[in-house]
Amino acid sequence: MESGVFHTTYESDTKLRRTPAQKIRLVLLLAFLLIFPFVAGRYYLTLANLVGIAVIGALGLNILTGFTGQISLGQGGFMAVGAYATGVLTAQVGLPFWLTIPIACTLTAIVGAIFGIPSLRLKGLYLAIATLAAQIIILWVVTHWKALTGGVDSLVVPNTEIFGFNFNSGNSDFRWYWPILGFATLSVLFTVNLFRSRVGRAFVAIRDQDIAAEVMGVNLFVYKLLAFAVSSFLVGLAGALTAHYRLIVTWERFTLETSILYLAMIIVGGLGSVSGSVLGAALLTLLPAFISNVGMALSGVAPALAHMMPYVQQGVFGAVIILFLIVEPEGLAKIWKDIKDYFRLWPFPY
Amino acid sequence: MELLVQLITSGLTNGAVYSLAAFGFVLIYKASDVLNFAQGELLLVGAYMTYFFVGQLSLPWPVGILLALGVAVLVGVVVERLVLRPLIGEPILSVIMVTIGLASVLKAIVLGVWTPLPRAFPAFIPSGKVNVLGVIVGSDRLWAIGLAGLMLGGFSLFFRRSSDGIAMRAVADDQQAALSMGISVRRVFAVTWSIAAVSATIAGLLLANIIGVSGAISNIGLAVFPVVILGGLDSIPGAVVGGLIIGVLQALVGGYVGHGLSDVVPFIVLVLILMVRPYGLFGQEIIERV
Repeated sequence: MESGVFHTTYESDTKLRRTPAQKIRLVLLLAFLLIFPFVAGRYYLTLANLVGIAVIGALGLNILTGFTGQISLGQGGFMAVGAYATGVLTAQVGLPFWLTIPIACTLTAIVGAIFGIPSLRLKGLYLAIATLAAQIIILWVVTHWKALTGGVDSLVVPNTEIFGFNFNSGNSDFRWYWPILGFATLSVLFTVNLFRSRVGRAFVAIRDQDIAAEVMGVNLFVYKLLAFAVSSFLVGLAGALTAHYRLIVTWERFTLETSILYLAMIIVGGLGSVSGSVLGAALLTLLPAFISNVGMALSGVAPALAHMMPYVQQGVFGAVIILFLIVEPEGLAKIWKDIKDYFRLWPFPY
Repeated sequence: MELLVQLITSGLTNGAVYSLAAFGFVLIYKASDVLNFAQGELLLVGAYMTYFFVGQLSLPWPVGILLALGVAVLVGVVVERLVLRPLIGEPILSVIMVTIGLASVLKAIVLGVWTPLPRAFPAFIPSGKVNVLGVIVGSDRLWAIGLAGLMLGGFSLFFRRSSDGIAMRAVADDQQAALSMGISVRRVFAVTWSIAAVSATIAGLLLANIIGVSGAISNIGLAVFPVVILGGLDSIPGAVVGGLIIGVLQALVGGYVGHGLSDVVPFIVLVLILMVRPYGLFGQEIIERV
């Protein structure tokens, strides 16, 4: 009878996967991810790809907001930098995919670090408002720099080809599933390992007590900007993948609503939790699709309902945020943990 | 000269609406340390409620507005009780996000019921032209400025003279001390949210009178941020002065430099203020430096 997981050696304590159950779950998850594209239809593949991109973006935001404690409402703006950089580099400069991705991510990281400078003086509410301004200013620049971005018109991105293999022809959702899955997996591994390193621990120390962290030798200047840069790197990756996958970059996709959507993902999933970022991204990407499917199914019975669907989506979105904050502030990650504990400790849960 | 006066009056009109919206925002922040992202949606609810009572049920003006204000009080109390109270003492991000969720729900309800199509607002302010300093100005704009001034004056009297108002100032100053003096902080929070909703309703109907009833009314929720940062997050005079300055600045930039820039100028001001003087013009200097 087991009452919890206890480690007796440092090796077992620092392992990524610690228990047999975790290893079994990992294998099951991998099997699902590998088999899924062969059995799922195009619609579900599209959803899966969107979830994958959202996972990368949510991880990026969680590094900054969940782990480092710097509230950011600028997510949409940073994604726009990544997406537009990719679009311009591909369409106007003609760089290949394997060059545009790192350049776009690095550029977003630099922009993120620049807009992170106010965080050196401001925190909490004031930082939230400063990043809100960043979001609005970036989006304004994007929609008014007509020569580069096409202004409010959309920017068309050419197909992605690697060694003559065109990702966007044929069953493009199936072809894109693999690179997106790869990038999402890399991002998860990167984030998990980041918080086993000195840099990640420093981020968490800044979140918990910034002045204490500084006293213990964490250089706030360096680490706060680093948190903005690392976070924006992943966010830029999400934006760049959106551009390559969707073949079109429009400003509507990167408004303040996007910033709010991603904040909602990490709150619903769980602040400062890698698995939470994944779960939250999946839930909030699939929920609107689910609601519009329900609306579609009901449209035969009640046609008026079909017009209401956008508002139902918006209302449910807000209600989900409020409910999670009031009922389970630690998010899906905590619920998942409770479920596991329940079964592990059953039938004597005390 | 004529262009200048016209720009300034239209700037002052927008500024008056900003001031009223920012007033409710600052009030909530002062009393309960909540950054209210749903302020624009409170305006939206107010405008649509007035439209519903007066435009659709064709009630007489005073009755319609009174009913709309009654709904605002109700919304304020319910929101405070159901949404904000469970989150007292939670981290800043949670409180911000809960008001964002609230904004989403309010907007969905209003636009779901009435659809976001722009409609004409039944005119309750006599339209006409008035000659000010030799320049023709729409009289509805002057009315808007006057009404906003009257409202703000009334509220400031309320804070100085009435016992509820004094209790609110006490809570804003120090919750612990107010509690020990026998002030019900819960009641004050409820009153705060109601007053914020009432001032938002009035701002909403003034705005609807200018731009019509549509979903665009809630956009002012964002425009409030530069106003309150400029004036100082916890200063009511700051909200008034900040609103007028931002309104006039926007009108001048729009008139002389170009329309595109007038949307973003307030936020550039906001960033500069945050860099130089984060507590704004009249705010208390208690910001913690890192």
